[in-house]
Amino acid sequence: MSPLLQVSGLTRLYGDRVGCKDVGFELWPGEVMGIVGESGSGKTTLLNCLSARLEPTSGTVAYDTREEGLTDIYAMGEPRRRMLMRTDWGIVHQNPRDGLRMGVSAGANVGERLMAVGARHYGRIRAQAAEWLEQVEIDTGRIDDLPLTFSGGMLQRLQIARNLVTHPRLVFMDEPTGGLDVSVQARLLDLLRRLVTDLGLAAIVVTHDLAVARLLAHRLMVMQGGEVVETGLTDQVLDDPHHPYTQLLVSSVLQP
Amino acid sequence: MNTSQGYNFAYLDEQTKRMIRRAILKAVAIPGYQVPFGSREMPLPYGWGTGGIQVTAGIIGPDDILKVIDQGADDTTNAVSIRRFFARTAGIRTTSRTEEATIIQTRHRIPETPLSAGQTIVYQVPTPEPLRWLEPRETETRKMHALADYGIMHVKLYEDIARFGRISTTYDYPVLVDDRYLMRPSPIPKFDNPKMHRNPALQLFGAGREKRIYAVPPWTSVRSLDFEDHPFEVQKWSQACALCGSTESFLDEVVTDDKGGRMFVCSDTDYCQRRRDAKEAAE
Amino acid sequence: MTAMIEVDDLSKTYVLHTQGGVEIPVFADASLTVEAGECLTLHGPSGAGKSTLLRCLYGNCKPNGGAIRIHHDGAMVDIARADPRQVIEVRKRSMGYVSQFLRAIPRVPALDVVAEPLRAIGVPLDQARQRAAELLSRLRIPERLWSLAPATFSGGEQQRVNIARGFAARHPILLLDEPTASLDAENRAQVIDLIVEAKSEKRALVGVFHDDEVREAVSTRLHTMRG
Ligand SMILES: Nc1ncnc2c1ncn2[C@@H]1O[C@H](COP(=O)(O)OP(=O)(O)OP(=O)(O)O)[C@@H](O)[C@H]1O
Ligand SMILES: Nc1ncnc2c1ncn2[C@@H]1O[C@H](COP(=O)(O)OP(=O)(O)OP(=O)(O)O)[C@@H](O)[C@H]1O
Ligand SMILES: [Mg+2]
Ligand SMILES: [Mg+2]
Ligand SMILES: [Zn+2]
Repeated sequence: MSPLLQVSGLTRLYGDRVGCKDVGFELWPGEVMGIVGESGSGKTTLLNCLSARLEPTSGTVAYDTREEGLTDIYAMGEPRRRMLMRTDWGIVHQNPRDGLRMGVSAGANVGERLMAVGARHYGRIRAQAAEWLEQVEIDTGRIDDLPLTFSGGMLQRLQIARNLVTHPRLVFMDEPTGGLDVSVQARLLDLLRRLVTDLGLAAIVVTHDLAVARLLAHRLMVMQGGEVVETGLTDQVLDDPHHPYTQLLVSSVLQP
Repeated sequence: MNTSQGYNFAYLDEQTKRMIRRAILKAVAIPGYQVPFGSREMPLPYGWGTGGIQVTAGIIGPDDILKVIDQGADDTTNAVSIRRFFARTAGIRTTSRTEEATIIQTRHRIPETPLSAGQTIVYQVPTPEPLRWLEPRETETRKMHALADYGIMHVKLYEDIARFGRISTTYDYPVLVDDRYLMRPSPIPKFDNPKMHRNPALQLFGAGREKRIYAVPPWTSVRSLDFEDHPFEVQKWSQACALCGSTESFLDEVVTDDKGGRMFVCSDTDYCQRRRDAKEAAE
Repeated sequence: MTAMIEVDDLSKTYVLHTQGGVEIPVFADASLTVEAGECLTLHGPSGAGKSTLLRCLYGNCKPNGGAIRIHHDGAMVDIARADPRQVIEVRKRSMGYVSQFLRAIPRVPALDVVAEPLRAIGVPLDQARQRAAELLSRLRIPERLWSLAPATFSGGEQQRVNIARGFAARHPILLLDEPTASLDAENRAQVIDLIVEAKSEKRALVGVFHDDEVREAVSTRLHTMRG
């Protein structure tokens, strides 16, 4: 077996400002990794570099493609990269408006990836969309409604359905529960936990909320000033933090 | 070459026409691909078919016979002024007879009379980019064309079916040209889409405001997008043309009086008139 | 006899960077072996490091030195050096842990909290829930609570859910940190039963038991810690 993602020496500079620096790790199938750290520590920068949306200044990101095994995602051609992004990968944006088409119905939002990879049977596309709405606990009666009429929590769940419909192997999430109030967050977390387990998804989840990290992630990467300062099993990092910055992070919340 | 009015032949200077012809050649070489060109100011406002006029000006020669239609009719203000424009600036012959014309400039229709090899049809295009509705960024739509990344075009058709129970797009219905480039056929009714497929005539498209030229060379495949369970279909009418009795042409509904009287007649006035003439002659 | 846990020269010192780098040495050179079928009791005064040692065994605490070998899939895995996904595998299939307090998962009903370790090793849902129901009844959690998330349960109820969860998957190794601390006599008796049963099934247990009655009933051996 080989890792799904193999990252080494990943650095992204913005001029002379550091976005992220010298990050390396392996992610295995079914593993959920959390990235935590304060605002500006480079979490989003790193996530974007990992998900082929931001070219790194140096370093490599290799993904285990179905055809050729580990392949540098920035060295492969654009068509293959796009194909990966809409089949093998999912990207869940913090603001669901960035990840959804607000002008088309919920069903079309979920069906889009299917159509993008060649599905041409309306009835089947619609049936799959309905199935996924159900999976994310959205009433299938809303299938033809525009996302504009959905609540924040529903939008986020719709975005998740839209990403999972092609059965991706790896999902990138940037603050998936950000901007939602607490009860809505709990429901979303529960759903994510269930989906990740049931589907055996690997995921990389950026969050500043240590409780979210504890619930979702198997392992954690703690970032400060663009660098990874501590990594390990999630409960070990949170219960027995070693790096001064991690201790500060953990001690500044009530019960992570 | 100058005409009596003191314009260069067909209004545009030779250098501009060469530039347009180069764009057309490239467009013909890559069926369905939108070629940018340096659109010139024309003595007509945008929306009057300045893109089509420039293409026509680029290809027309003194021996050409020009037909101009607007929504199928030869006698609307728009069609008449474009015909007059070329008659004046190029001194060429004009006609309303489809089979007689060597060049047909059109807004929103393809004639009912089948086109033949050697003819050229020039479409006036208001918006050339089929992907624009879902992707406002030009850089991105270019990339999507480059990668033939068109799957999401079906999202639009999906929405139609979800909302209306069928694909309700009736004009400017998206097509795939030569199994490669996605193309907007200009706002012709989808009734005309099948005529584009493997048509013996050369089909040229000019968008003035957006400065794009594209083409469908003779005998090229043009397929309308659809779903397996919602196949592409053209409009059908339960009645025949009230004037010529045709059951095969595209019909317009016209109001005949101010008491709500209405009837259906061919939108292609040349086709309708000629059928009526033939019937009269036979009687 | 099969050694299920081998600890060699384990040392642990907490360093509190947020408090001026204060060092708290907990233990040094801790060594022990636990065999299948026995229940080893960690014994010592408060602050001696019993919980810390248990947490080290579980991979929840990172020692400064030494080795912790855990029997897993017929081989020994050094938990102190294993990467996260190995530790997770060991926890899934070989080693369970009953902490002093339940960490409730929002919105997950008690029955599923208990069934979860079984689901994680691929036991079908209805089978997993059936085993969970057995344990919950055994630990006398009223059936009307099973479908509720334990966040609102009493301390004792939460702790019994926690114990049920720990015993659900019948791990070959089970770590118990004062499992009976907040339980009444009848519930304590149920836990003793569960532990005795586990020993008879040749599973290896390591526990901290403050309650003399419980310790005497289950403990095979003491490992004394001085702090
Ligand atoms: N496009 C950009 N141009 C210049 N600097 C940038 C750009 N994007 C991010 N940065 C800088 O890079 C650093 C890391 O930013 P990043 O967005 O990755 O942080 P983050 O950890 O995601 O923070 P937050 O929790 O606030 O979202 C910051 O100093 C930021 O100001
Ligand atoms: N996460 C931690 N960070 C810092 N120090 C800790 C941490 N956990 C425990 N300690 C310290 O380590 C020492 C051992 O604590 P531990 O909880 O292991 O003792 P114990 O033997 O379980 O005690 P008790 O019987 O009271 O539960 C104590 O001095 C404690 O304050
Ligand atoms: Mg960010
Ligand atoms: Mg303790
Ligand atoms: Zn007619």
